[in-house]
Amino acid sequence: MNYKEHKSEPFWWGMFSQGGVIAALLIPIHIFLCGLAVPLGLIDPELLSYERITALLQNPLVKLYLCVLLIFPLYHAAHRIRFTLAEIGLHSLAKVLPVLCYGGALAGTAVVLYILWVLL
Amino acid sequence: MSDLRTIKITVLRYRPEEEDEPTEQTYEVEFRDDWVVLDALNHIKDHIDGTLSFRWSCRMGVCGSCGMMVNGEPKLTCAAMLRDYYPNEMHVEPLVNFPIVRDLVTDMTDFMDKLKAVKPWIIREEEKPVSEGEYLQTPDQLKDYKQFSQCINCMLCYAACPVYGLEHDFVGPAAIALGHRYNLDSRDEGNQQRQHVIASKEGIWECTYVGECSVVCPKHVDPAEAIQQTKVATTTNRLKSLVMPWGNKK
Repeated sequence: MNYKEHKSEPFWWGMFSQGGVIAALLIPIHIFLCGLAVPLGLIDPELLSYERITALLQNPLVKLYLCVLLIFPLYHAAHRIRFTLAEIGLHSLAKVLPVLCYGGALAGTAVVLYILWVLL
Repeated sequence: MSDLRTIKITVLRYRPEEEDEPTEQTYEVEFRDDWVVLDALNHIKDHIDGTLSFRWSCRMGVCGSCGMMVNGEPKLTCAAMLRDYYPNEMHVEPLVNFPIVRDLVTDMTDFMDKLKAVKPWIIREEEKPVSEGEYLQTPDQLKDYKQFSQCINCMLCYAACPVYGLEHDFVGPAAIALGHRYNLDSRDEGNQQRQHVIASKEGIWECTYVGECSVVCPKHVDPAEAIQQTKVATTTNRLKSLVMPWGNKK
């Protein structure tokens, strides 16, 4: 067997790993705030009103935060889906799966950047 | 002895000169309370059917040769008590994910090749002469790698690993953990010589962190942790070499 160090995999795995941390630590906070705290009446719905949030989104630091929050978990999902599909029997597609999965994450990245910096 | 009980043990048989496919054979074994599965196999071989083949040596969880599937789980048969399975019937099969040579004996060539590939020995750039004395190590430095050095090459982790089952090129838990053991050793300077194997596509990146390797290990080695630590270190080093290409790549 001729082994060769894999040069690109550390990048994808690093994104997967960071995405996992962000998805596990930050996303539950947002689920709690938007999905539970408002309906349960713990937070005044007015605090999350459209006007307030769109005004908040003009701040570049908020945009940066949202980039981190939304983009990294895309790569976490892409990596997970890639290996899950390979292991449930699509092993013959092992070469195409990274292109499809990470391609999807890259497209998602472009959409996030477009919405945050062009549309808003 | 008044405490004799009888247990039914179904063993996978494969005699390549007689049959094309493995078959099963059931034996009834009278056992004492302190018997392990290996004792039952030796009893069968000595008193019931001398044609049964299996590997064993030390009978005390050190040699790593008696690993088999016991009721579908990879176990050292010298450490699996019959009384824990009684009164149910037992199934003993060779370790899965390896070709069968005969009965319960598997072909471990693949594992041996992979083990050799990770160079599981201390590599020095330059050996110092014996007259300069031994390479000293503090208890803390020993602690860094000690658990990974407990591996007895029993291959239970390969039988438990679903990734190895699907992808036979995967270097696998024990070989990576042993490579990692030497990478963590303060006396070793061979990290770069192992990296192309350990950090190859067939190495750490194939692992999806199922973690069964660490669950079945009879010596409480944690190969999944070794792989995870190596992934983090390799990713950090790669990032460092991109940000600071002039820096030390070690």
